[in-house]
Amino acid sequence: MGLDIRLPIGLLFAALGLILLGYGAFSDPAIYQRSLGINVNLGWGAVMTVFGITMFLFGKRR
Amino acid sequence: MPHIAVHSVDYAILIVYFGFVLGIGWALKRYMKTSTDFFLTGRSMPAWVSGLAFISANLGAQEVIGMGASGAKYGIATSHFYWVGAIPAMVFVGVFMMPFYYGSRARSVPEYLKLRYDEKTRGLNAISFAVMTIFSSGISLYAMGLLLETLLGWSFSFSVLISAVIVLCYTFLGGLTSAIYNEVLQFFLIVMGFLPLVALGLKDAGGWSGLQERLHLVATARGFAPDAFSRSWAYLGSASSNPLGVEWFGMVMGLGFVLSFGYWCTDFLVVQSALASHNMSAARRTPLIAAVPKMFFPFLVILPGMIAIALTQQSGQTGFALPVKPDGTLNYDMTIPMMLGHYFPSGMLGIGLAALMASFMSGMAGNVTAFNTVWTYDIYQAYIRRHERDEHYLWVGRMTTIFGIAASIMAAYLATQFNNIMDMLQLVFAFVNAPLFATFLLGMFWKRSTGHGAFTGLLSGTAAAALHHGLTLPAHAVVGIKGGWLGGLFGILHHYPSEMAQNFWTAIYAWTTCFLVTLLVSLATRPRPERELVGLVYSLTERPSEEHLPWYMRPAVLGVIVLSMTLVLNIIFW
Repeated sequence: MGLDIRLPIGLLFAALGLILLGYGAFSDPAIYQRSLGINVNLGWGAVMTVFGITMFLFGKRR
Repeated sequence: MPHIAVHSVDYAILIVYFGFVLGIGWALKRYMKTSTDFFLTGRSMPAWVSGLAFISANLGAQEVIGMGASGAKYGIATSHFYWVGAIPAMVFVGVFMMPFYYGSRARSVPEYLKLRYDEKTRGLNAISFAVMTIFSSGISLYAMGLLLETLLGWSFSFSVLISAVIVLCYTFLGGLTSAIYNEVLQFFLIVMGFLPLVALGLKDAGGWSGLQERLHLVATARGFAPDAFSRSWAYLGSASSNPLGVEWFGMVMGLGFVLSFGYWCTDFLVVQSALASHNMSAARRTPLIAAVPKMFFPFLVILPGMIAIALTQQSGQTGFALPVKPDGTLNYDMTIPMMLGHYFPSGMLGIGLAALMASFMSGMAGNVTAFNTVWTYDIYQAYIRRHERDEHYLWVGRMTTIFGIAASIMAAYLATQFNNIMDMLQLVFAFVNAPLFATFLLGMFWKRSTGHGAFTGLLSGTAAAALHHGLTLPAHAVVGIKGGWLGGLFGILHHYPSEMAQNFWTAIYAWTTCFLVTLLVSLATRPRPERELVGLVYSLTERPSEEHLPWYMRPAVLGVIVLSMTLVLNIIFW
């Protein structure tokens, strides 16, 4: 159907991951008390960014 | 209950997500040239896309919010709704039924009934399905509006309208293709949004062994054996010794056979994704691919519920407690939202909220696209305007999308005014759905079954369900919507240990009645000539050839793998 679904999925997750990464890098560490002291924005932002880029590249490739 | 604070980063995430959802609809608009493009994606989907859409259409509010609530209420036994109540049926529809759905070139499930039986059987199924999908969509919208109002303080109308308009935009522009593409996107978002929640909750509870110890306290406080919340089969010998309140036969036959096969094998909401596949092999693999994530979903949606109830039991130490309703009972429906608010800081909270909204929207979009296909092909084209040009039906499909969304919004507002009416409607839908699988089973595997048999069987099955419900009552329930409403005439014939047990047995009675009546009436009426049933009945249809496919793409092999994995999960959590 013309549009490869992996392209928008990849772009969305890369964009959301980068927002989380940016926010995680500069946010007040005190907000992570509720997530058991773990900076989940930084960690999960990295996972989402890698997932998004991988998905996008797969979509470009085939 | 205090509202959860949402910050600008969370709103930014929600706006980016909504932008992508609408962008997909816009990008697909130019490909919608014929009614087949709009309603069936031009039958162009690869198996992995239609497979994830198959599972995502079922990931509505009931799945995420409801199964999280059931995890808190019943523990790991809730997994029966997956490992018994979904996977076997998904394998069956992929291996045995899809060749008839896809091979007959039927554009919808009601159309298959017309090809196999007759017009009146199709009409009965199409009209009941169309009404049902609109109310299901409305109830889902109502649940979301109520949830966001309670959780975030957003106005009910704002939540309902913004979600409905977004779903309207992308389904109006891109039809089923847009719905399927967005369902795939929403599938990944739901997984990404809830995985960290499970990890944080499990870490907080002390891992699986720590969680089991905490659940022992929950189980013993409710009068069950200590491990009743962490074992799924061990206590199904009697209804009173497990949190579900059902015994194994009622669960396996009622849930695992009648209700499960009735939903996964005959509901056009999920079957439409498979019909969009690009060939027969992909259509057959669609439910089998969907079964793999489905079998692991208990760890994503039930486990947070189990963690929530374990932490609530020791809320003095953990600082987490489920909210209490005015009648003093725990509000289980707030399990997943409360967990999001408890563990996610701003940023991740935006992802969690987007995942929550994605689950509502994917369920609603599935309902709306199924409704507009059934309305256009099975009602409008069949009974109102039979011989129009294709462009006309494409236009009707788009207008039906607008009508479907508007009717869903009205149903949501109706639910705010008359909650009991919605309960009653869902009960009537359950009566209509329960016998359906018997009609399809006989239609596909017995060439002697007739249209008169199917029609009277469906009506008799529905009547049997209503009769059984009216003559029985769950323990501690009052006569009315919960049953027993025929008790004044005949007395209450049986008291069930739980509402769930009553539901399962209502389904068993409905299915058995439909099966027997269809059988008897078919034997008394004239069957269709065999030449008309080629491609519609198992014994008269050539088996799809699989020799050219590698082993990992053969439906039968995939089915065995999926069932083996499910068996292993059942044994691990026995």
